[in-house]
Amino acid sequence: MSWTGRSLRRFEDPALVRGLGRFVADVADNHTGARHAAFVRSPVPAGRIRSIEAPAGASVFTAASFSGIGTICARLDRPDFVPLETPVLASDAVRHQGEPVALVVAGSRAEAEDLAEQVIVDIEATRPVLDAAAATDPDAPAVHRGLDMPMGNNVVLDARFATDELEAAFEAADEIVEIEIRAHRQNALPIEARGAMAAHDPGTGRTTLTAANQMPHMLRTALADILNVPEAELRVVTPEVGGAFGQKMCVPREYVALVAAARLLNTTIAWIEDRSENLLASWHSRDHSYRLAGAFSRGGALLGLDADIVCNIGAYSNYPVTFGVEPLMALAELPGPYRLSQYRVRSRAVTTNLCPIAPYRGVSRPVLTLAMERLIDTAARRLGLDPVRVRRTNLVTEFPYSMPTGLPVDPGSYSETLETAVEAVDLEGFRRRQQQAAAQGRYLGIGFSVFGERTGYGTPAFAARAMEITPGYETVRLEMNPSGDVTARIGASPHGQGLATALSQLLADELGVEPRQVAVVHGDTDAAPYGWGTFASRSMVIAGGATKLAGQRLAARLKEIAAHHLEASPDDIRLEQGSATVAGTSIGMALPEIARLAHHSSHRLPGDMEPGLAVSATYDPAGTFSNACHAAVVEVDPDTGAVCLERFVVIADAGVEVNPMIVEGQIHGGVTQGIANALYEELVVDGDGNLLTASLMDFLPPTACEIPDIEVTHIQTVTDASITGAKGVGEGGAIGAPAAVLNAISDALAPLGIEVNEMPATPSRLRELIRQAVPASTAETAAAGG
Amino acid sequence: MKPAAFDYRAPRTLEEALGLLREHQDEAKVLAGGQSLVPAMNFRLARPAVLVDIARVPGLDRIDLDDPGSVTVGARVRHLDLEHNTIPGPLGVLLARTGRWVGHYPIRVRGTFGGSLAHADPAAEWCALACALDAEIHCRSANGARVVEACDFFEQMAFTTCLAPDELLMGVRLPSLGDSWGVGMAEFARRWGDFAIVLAIAAVERDGDSVARARIALGGVAGGPVRAAHAEAALSGRAATPESVAAAAAAAAEEVDPTGDIHGSADYRRDLVRTMVTRALNQALA
Ligand SMILES: Cc1cc2nc3c(=O)[nH]c(=O)nc-3n(C[C@H](O)[C@H](O)[C@H](O)COP(=O)(O)OP(=O)(O)OC[C@H]3O[C@@H](n4cnc5c(N)ncnc54)[C@H](O)[C@@H]3O)c2cc1C
Repeated sequence: MSWTGRSLRRFEDPALVRGLGRFVADVADNHTGARHAAFVRSPVPAGRIRSIEAPAGASVFTAASFSGIGTICARLDRPDFVPLETPVLASDAVRHQGEPVALVVAGSRAEAEDLAEQVIVDIEATRPVLDAAAATDPDAPAVHRGLDMPMGNNVVLDARFATDELEAAFEAADEIVEIEIRAHRQNALPIEARGAMAAHDPGTGRTTLTAANQMPHMLRTALADILNVPEAELRVVTPEVGGAFGQKMCVPREYVALVAAARLLNTTIAWIEDRSENLLASWHSRDHSYRLAGAFSRGGALLGLDADIVCNIGAYSNYPVTFGVEPLMALAELPGPYRLSQYRVRSRAVTTNLCPIAPYRGVSRPVLTLAMERLIDTAARRLGLDPVRVRRTNLVTEFPYSMPTGLPVDPGSYSETLETAVEAVDLEGFRRRQQQAAAQGRYLGIGFSVFGERTGYGTPAFAARAMEITPGYETVRLEMNPSGDVTARIGASPHGQGLATALSQLLADELGVEPRQVAVVHGDTDAAPYGWGTFASRSMVIAGGATKLAGQRLAARLKEIAAHHLEASPDDIRLEQGSATVAGTSIGMALPEIARLAHHSSHRLPGDMEPGLAVSATYDPAGTFSNACHAAVVEVDPDTGAVCLERFVVIADAGVEVNPMIVEGQIHGGVTQGIANALYEELVVDGDGNLLTASLMDFLPPTACEIPDIEVTHIQTVTDASITGAKGVGEGGAIGAPAAVLNAISDALAPLGIEVNEMPATPSRLRELIRQAVPASTAETAAAGG
Repeated sequence: MKPAAFDYRAPRTLEEALGLLREHQDEAKVLAGGQSLVPAMNFRLARPAVLVDIARVPGLDRIDLDDPGSVTVGARVRHLDLEHNTIPGPLGVLLARTGRWVGHYPIRVRGTFGGSLAHADPAAEWCALACALDAEIHCRSANGARVVEACDFFEQMAFTTCLAPDELLMGVRLPSLGDSWGVGMAEFARRWGDFAIVLAIAAVERDGDSVARARIALGGVAGGPVRAAHAEAALSGRAATPESVAAAAAAAAEEVDPTGDIHGSADYRRDLVRTMVTRALNQALA
């Protein structure tokens, strides 16, 4: 029986649930002599620094202390892209509230905060520009004064795509449906905020950065380039990381400053970000606006789609993916799993005086899926059709399919997941229940969302974005140790996903060992091969693929050695239950015996086989699509605008599930974040650019009380785009949930003629829509209903 | 988010505690459950030089049921103790119903009744309850004791009371509501455990089919808890019908003057007042 497909309990968890996991704050606490940093941050969103005064003798670093150090800047090689450079510390201009201006170092964090209070930064505040639409006005202040913006004021990317016959499609349409979608600013909110400890060793001249991060090698390269030091002098270690969701992917200014200061002071400095800093100035996410027009036939067929997308990317870019990832992904993937031949899109990135944006679980997909799914439901209502039927009419059913932008879509189960969801929620029964409830003045609703999640894409896909730094492949170095157990060194950098357990299952199948006999080493640039880390639902597909390839190579070596000693053909050797045996016989060698031999009696190896049992493999696939259908059932309280989620159903197709429990965990977490995005989380700034949601009193992640049971059903569609058969599943939950929830709310409020196109759909927003729809509503219902 | 430096004192007697407060005046802060003060210190919004922890001061954690007409709740009684209804009659029901809405379980384990009143969050459940029931607040300093009516205790500025810096809140005397009273509580918050956007507390004395007296207090609509006097008047002496409840709720929405914040505009809060008062009254009259 194979290990793949079993819900093994995660090897990572016993340490985590017993408090034995070591996060960067633990590492810093246990490091004798570590000093602590705090950042002095800009209180205003825009201004010029006149002067910075620090108490005499204090360890305070400003931009001036770091002369000779470069800026953080990643580029896309496209004519419609304006690269933005981020200084490590603000030098003359400040461009968002919370921007780091100075770094102070003291004996403890509390003392560092005391010291930070004594640093006096004199800033001449200037008028900020906060709203993306306002920023493009020629009279709006330029966020990056002096930088040439040929595409318009503060416009840093303006990408377009159009097929030839869009206008004809709109002329032929029976109904043109226009909607505007707004996804407000959010924060990915990992439970552990960011944090790092830079330790400079004057003996070796090397600096080790222990950091909460999801791309350790990329971080090392960035540090080397920015600080102008050889990469071999740097080591990046990621201990346990308490969630990341994209927020720990991009290179933070704070980490660069920390390494620079540690090298200047010849010491160890830790910075453990607190929640207020995290909400204010880590990385923000989302903040997209879409205007869509869909051309539909009377029967609900989507004939053409015209879209205008604006992403407010904040004050700076991010490294390595740049701000371009937001608008370009939206442009490329908007049509989703719906057959479409005529498509026109303009997608812009606009810089403003807000915190910069970084990718967040799903990147643009939660919003583009929301936009498409709201368009489908709105069209259905306009045409008097069932939304499920409009989906049936338009979903892709023949594969491979090519999106209008040329993106190939491999086999998936878009219709099957929809039909399964319709059954799971008992749509007919629900509609009856909905009508009965309506008679009592209650508003129940159901919403579906069908989507594809592009996952596991390697270098070719990233190259299409013209990235100067093009991520993609993963390498795995595998070694069977003399004692017969296995060490796998991977470039991926899991941070809570349970990847080590899943990779062990793959290797156990290839090598005939127990999963427990596999140790997965990751998150240390001195110990792991160069790789791109863990993001973009890629690790099981790409690192998993490389692991399988490496496992096959090691298996071949073991078989060859066994065959040599057992005088058999390698083809007849089976690796099972810790032994290499000749098929159909009881003749065999235990794997530890082979391992000893390979390491300690290498003179007995066959022919010119090299000593030891180390192999390596790299995998760089083109990418695949997993897919799912989400269905939400809600009740809206018309008097308060509160939404109660009654049910949340997910029909997911992630291809081969190496560990179904882990897949389900990813879906649960993703859906929870999707619900958070849909109903709760919003970063709010006032008209002067002050963040009003600066603590968890005001930025509201849902708790277990607000999240219903998430009911998951699995479908598996085989793909040959991934050698393990696995498709990525890390982001799907977050991608599909907002659309399902907002569709359900809109369904509930359909009797009032309300379509909900703004997320989060907060009670006050919904109540306002209800009050506009029913002017003299409705506490009477509450009074009567009691 | 680390507090500025402070001294910590843990007096073992009331005299010692009052002495420390007199000595340090504005520089000192009483530490009770720490569920409001400690976060404020971590944000450096509060920077007391001396913390006077009253955890060891005897006698402050009692619920006194000896007087038949009232119940006195000691300042250090935990939220959770009141939620676990140990007090007989409608007052006990109201305290239990209200207590469930104060923060999350771990906060209710540590946070105290007196701390909530002294902290005077405009959306605090206990403040509204004290105001609804015209509680007597017992205060004491090294110079002596005084009793303040709840509605005078809270200033109309958020987080402000009439407590002097050297005064300790000792306990709160609440009228034990007789069996003719019905009680109700309704709150709207974004998530379980959040501070209310709007909350309403109602206690209604029945006289057959009509309402003899109604007490209605609101949280989240002003700098402190407020009594909905017009709503009370609209109901008192009237038949207990859906129409009179609706009239009272409309009066309450009319008489408040809330300000908006990120969780709800002034209009939204006013609108919620009507719904919450309706729900609290329906519960009280059920
Ligand atoms: C996440 C979270 C959610 C919360 N949600 C709610 C909620 O929904 N509703 C709600 O009402 N509260 C809520 N709270 C606050 C909680 O109820 C606190 O327990 C309460 O406000 C203060 O009580 P305490 O005993 O913790 O006081 P402390 O925090 O110790 O003190 C608060 C203030 O009162 C003063 N003080 C305390 N006791 C006395 C005394 N005997 N005499 C004089 N001064 C005194 C202190 O000096 C300080 O200024 C929440 C808190 C948190 C952290």
